[in-house]
Amino acid sequence: MTATAEKKTDAAPASGRKKINYRWRVVDIVVAAVIGVAAGLVFFAWNQLYNPLSAPLEAALPGAQSLVYGVWLIAAVLGGLIIRKPGAALFVELVAATVSALLGAAWGPLTLESGLVQGLGAELVFLVFLYSNWRLYVAVLAGAASGLALAINDLILWYPGSDVAFATIYTISAIISGAVIAGVGSWAIVKGLAKTGALSRFASGREATATV
Amino acid sequence: MSDLDLRIEPGERVLLLGASGAGKSTLVHALAGVLGGEDEGESTGELLVNGRPAERARGQVGLVLQDPDSQVILARVGDDVAFGCENLGVPRDEIWRRVAHALEAVGLDLPLSHPTSALSGGQKQRLALAGVLAMRPGLLLLDEPTANLDPDGVTEVRDAVARVLDSTGSTFIVIEHRVEVWKDLVNRVIVLAADGGVLADGHPDEVLVATGEALAAAGVWVPGFSPVLPQRSRQRGEPLLHTEQLSIARVADTVLRTGIELEIRAGQALAITGPNGSGKSTLGLTLAGLLPPVAGRVVADGLRQGIGPEPIRWKSRELLTRIGTVFQDPEHQFITGTVRDELAVGPRALKLSDAEIALRIDPLVERLRLGHLLGANPFTLSGGEKRRLSVATVLATRPPLLVLDEPTFGQDSRTWGELVALLAELLDEGSAIAAITHDAEIVEALADSEIRVAPWQTSPGSVEVVR
Amino acid sequence: MSVLTPTAGPQAVYRINPVAKFTTSFVLSAVLVLSIDWVSATVALGLEFVLFFWAGLSLRTFFRRTLPIWIAAPLGAFTILLYGRPSGESHFQFLLINVSDGSIELAIATFLRMLAIGLPAVVLFVTIDPTDLADGLAQVWKLPARFVLGGLAGLRLIGLFLDDWRSLELARRARGVADTGRLRRFASQAFALFVLSIRRGTKLATAMEARGFGGDTTRTWARESRLRWPDAVLIGLGLLVAATAAAISIATGHWNFIAAQ
Repeated sequence: MTATAEKKTDAAPASGRKKINYRWRVVDIVVAAVIGVAAGLVFFAWNQLYNPLSAPLEAALPGAQSLVYGVWLIAAVLGGLIIRKPGAALFVELVAATVSALLGAAWGPLTLESGLVQGLGAELVFLVFLYSNWRLYVAVLAGAASGLALAINDLILWYPGSDVAFATIYTISAIISGAVIAGVGSWAIVKGLAKTGALSRFASGREATATV
Repeated sequence: MSDLDLRIEPGERVLLLGASGAGKSTLVHALAGVLGGEDEGESTGELLVNGRPAERARGQVGLVLQDPDSQVILARVGDDVAFGCENLGVPRDEIWRRVAHALEAVGLDLPLSHPTSALSGGQKQRLALAGVLAMRPGLLLLDEPTANLDPDGVTEVRDAVARVLDSTGSTFIVIEHRVEVWKDLVNRVIVLAADGGVLADGHPDEVLVATGEALAAAGVWVPGFSPVLPQRSRQRGEPLLHTEQLSIARVADTVLRTGIELEIRAGQALAITGPNGSGKSTLGLTLAGLLPPVAGRVVADGLRQGIGPEPIRWKSRELLTRIGTVFQDPEHQFITGTVRDELAVGPRALKLSDAEIALRIDPLVERLRLGHLLGANPFTLSGGEKRRLSVATVLATRPPLLVLDEPTFGQDSRTWGELVALLAELLDEGSAIAAITHDAEIVEALADSEIRVAPWQTSPGSVEVVR
Repeated sequence: MSVLTPTAGPQAVYRINPVAKFTTSFVLSAVLVLSIDWVSATVALGLEFVLFFWAGLSLRTFFRRTLPIWIAAPLGAFTILLYGRPSGESHFQFLLINVSDGSIELAIATFLRMLAIGLPAVVLFVTIDPTDLADGLAQVWKLPARFVLGGLAGLRLIGLFLDDWRSLELARRARGVADTGRLRRFASQAFALFVLSIRRGTKLATAMEARGFGGDTTRTWARESRLRWPDAVLIGLGLLVAATAAAISIATGHWNFIAAQ
């Protein structure tokens, strides 16, 4: 077996050259899975904790408990922002939902169905922007869309007996929660991650370091 | 890495050396075809394996990496080894034949359903090697395979590789800081220059004699050019901490050791040694007041300064000025976004004024050569720099006792020398050190007393006081 | 890692293809979720408990794993009790709260429904081995192998993440910041965990690529995953339970279709 190496240069990535590659590399898939798993763990921990937070909200204004549900939507927006490939938001949210279901979340396969619906919400927004716009307002919109999807899903499946006031408040709170916690929150997390150099193999990481 | 003109013949065994940043890892990753696509860097020229570009020759090149944990892909031993074959489209019966053969070649005598999470570091690296072997590659690449292992693991892996090379005759390239380990196995040494091109290339003895000093200065562990050990004035100060019938455990129901009795004195270094997994870290963290004792007590009379005697009951802030702990992985300790803020975390928690904080931090920055890194994010530092930073953060609050978990883990010889010199200075100034380590050289250089935690199977129960 | 490692044992349930367990669970949930009434839920629960015995989980494991459901079901029911669509006589009213006959009935139904859907899901899922699940998803459902295996490899890192989490906690105590600000510390730890995990994931991806993963060659499978008759039996049982519950509910006039709300 012969190996010949001749004059191979490896410099810092050239800036300005932006060829969008829609195919998923192995590192995209594995890191998306990792983010999903980490997010799933956070979801699981959050599942245990959210009741004491949502109960007083609910008591104050019925339907407002969904103000804290944005945590469950972080996976989708975060996945999209970091991986930046078609289907990223959906895949990451599905992995997170699977992990949280495997760890014993209460709704079993319906957790997955929730994940699917919520992931789709964010995915659609990223699609509308042709997977090339990853600015803050897109993240916020993706979070809001995800929140809307969550609200519709929950109202049909889990609160079918509820009245109009409840349903409206629930939906609006979910949208706000998605926009703020999942949208702004994920965007801030990605910026922070990029600074640590952990995202050096991704466009989302190189963008941040290039401006330094 | 640039301007490289090399030719390696079939069957050659090469040791690749060079200073950090010379591009050794890049070359090896490129040969394996895993360097990444066009959007991740630039390349000119060609890299051919058996006449074909490296990216197309994936099945013919096997790569084993440094971190044992990040190379385990599946949950069961047999499945993990079979993974490579599955990717290459090998038929099912043939896969399992190759798996059995590969496991035997590396000496892993375990059932196929054995969980991979229950393997030691050396076993995991051998598992990775088996997984690579099952693909029947003609070129075997190892990127610092023993850097993260204890001495037993290093020997295991080295012997496994020797056996494999003898039976398959593959071409072999290894990158490693410790020349000693591979010197007798290779027949060619190539040294890459930091600014491009090849510095030296030839028979191991010749190259090491010619460039030995330059390599040692760059951090390579060259036999015959070991770092100079510092002189110490070994004084015995008053006792700071002792234990009474201490029993330790990581998880409440699996007790690791019982009835431990030891003492730590100012100006003295205690070494806690033993193979990985035997409970050294647990003991260290228990002494440091981070893990609760299962039974018995840790009593720190010499450190208490007015509060209770047991470190586990101290508040987090109270620990800062009494016991400083440096973790095995510095990244676990990083809390802020810049090196300067990181250094200020301890003093700030003590509510010191800004002027006071600067007074404490500046000399440390000097001493540990962190000046040019002050604005950088801690996670972006190199391994040696992270280690220096984590030590500096601990020193900022001036604790009399330092507990260090594997301080020389994976370090090159330069950083090693600096660290040992720093610790010797601290000891002379009156601090006490408890070092958890499997590195025999630092024990030799610094330790005044040693406690060995033997493997559980051979001596469950108490620990052995060696000196 | 204790929570994620599947329970193992000689009972038949462990030899069933995970994909079949998924399907069964989904079928049960899909049918039961269509109606919010106590009859379908109770019938389903009763039949399911028979199946639970057959699955052979120890009582202690059963309750430990299904605990989240036993907590969440009463809470969900309580919400409906207070805010469910009012009908019949009203017993208590305050601001938007309205406890009525209707909402009481809905609350009971909700409680039973959550149990009927959640309990079998946990019992089935807890006996799934992730590697077997991946094999099933890729070979039986023909999902793209790259994604399934990439996901599986990432999933395996959970054990390491938990070790990292514990170290992160201890480190914060050592750094003097563990006395106050729990929420902030949690956020900072979570962030650090993300950094460490992405690093590990990147290294793992390189290792997988080095073993030929992600290339163009068609993949073979070292472990075969097929649907056999026990799998069909389980799915059939699931269908039977769901159909029986629905049938009895419709026959007794209690069927309460959610879309009709």
